[in-house]
Amino acid sequence: MSDITYGQVATFNTHPEAAIPSESPLSVAFNQISVSTPAPAVNHASGVRLEEKAFLGHLILRGGAIVLDEAVRKVLGISLPLGLALDESGERSVQWLSPDEWLVIVPGGEEFEVEQRLRDALGDAHYAIVDASGGQTLVSLEGEKARELLMKSTSYDVHPSNFPVGKAVSVVFAKSSLILRRPAEDRYELVLRRSFADYLYRWILDAGAEYGIGVQR
Amino acid sequence: MFYIHCPYCDEYRDEEEFHPKGQAHIARPEDPETCSDEEWGDYLFFRDNPRGIHHELWVHAIGCRKFFNITRNSASYEILETYRMGERPRFSAEHPQGESAEHGAAVNVADEAGRVADQEGVRA
Repeated sequence: MSDITYGQVATFNTHPEAAIPSESPLSVAFNQISVSTPAPAVNHASGVRLEEKAFLGHLILRGGAIVLDEAVRKVLGISLPLGLALDESGERSVQWLSPDEWLVIVPGGEEFEVEQRLRDALGDAHYAIVDASGGQTLVSLEGEKARELLMKSTSYDVHPSNFPVGKAVSVVFAKSSLILRRPAEDRYELVLRRSFADYLYRWILDAGAEYGIGVQR
Repeated sequence: MFYIHCPYCDEYRDEEEFHPKGQAHIARPEDPETCSDEEWGDYLFFRDNPRGIHHELWVHAIGCRKFFNITRNSASYEILETYRMGERPRFSAEHPQGESAEHGAAVNVADEAGRVADQEGVRA
């Protein structure tokens, strides 16, 4: 635990020691399904491949775009986008959520350091940073049938003409909601909330059954 | 099913992503302490229910979660425009065909300047 304070804001590392066990939002689904029916494995016929990118660092940034832009560029080397922007390694991303709100995703374990560097860079500016890492998880969908699976699940138009690479939206998905993003031509990412993760995972497996969906573990 | 243009996301989205929040442009009395009970009751509880053009407050609940306004015809359900908070509608009961583009543009520019000053550093 850190006692560093910035003005009136107390910050602390939500996961200070790697030895402390943590469970991803999908662990319940993974474990229960593996007991009753094992999650389908990826094979050459899988039209969709699902992989959870567990334990990434998720930060919600709020504040004025000009102020945040400068800090995010300094800390992450990414300009604030209107859609989705990734750094050169593709491991860190910044996503537009609303006119004064962005989602930053960094490799797991970096989030506390990034948060502190952002707070240092932002100084006395009017802003908020919230670590949402424990509340949501990122699931990646790849494969030639991935878009068809999305078409069955959301009313949002995911045709490439409307949903090109670099776009990110929060949408209704299977009567629930999630963030849908397209970081690369052949890959979609879903940001699921912990409370919906189990349900959405089962929905995706069901929707993907006809395409031979496989789960990468 | 409406297909609603969110002025913040700048995109048409399905109605199920939105929630209606009732009549728009309801001004809170400047000094509630000196209001009569009737004035305060009107402010809190009484709403217009016109047949025809109506300004409504909506929220893009599952998208950007911002509030904005819709000018809608309550008889035909036609959505005439959507506009951001702080902007003035082009269409109204007095101007069912829409105010002239110059007038609307002038208002928008003035509002735009005010909004930028209000929310320093906010864009998009």
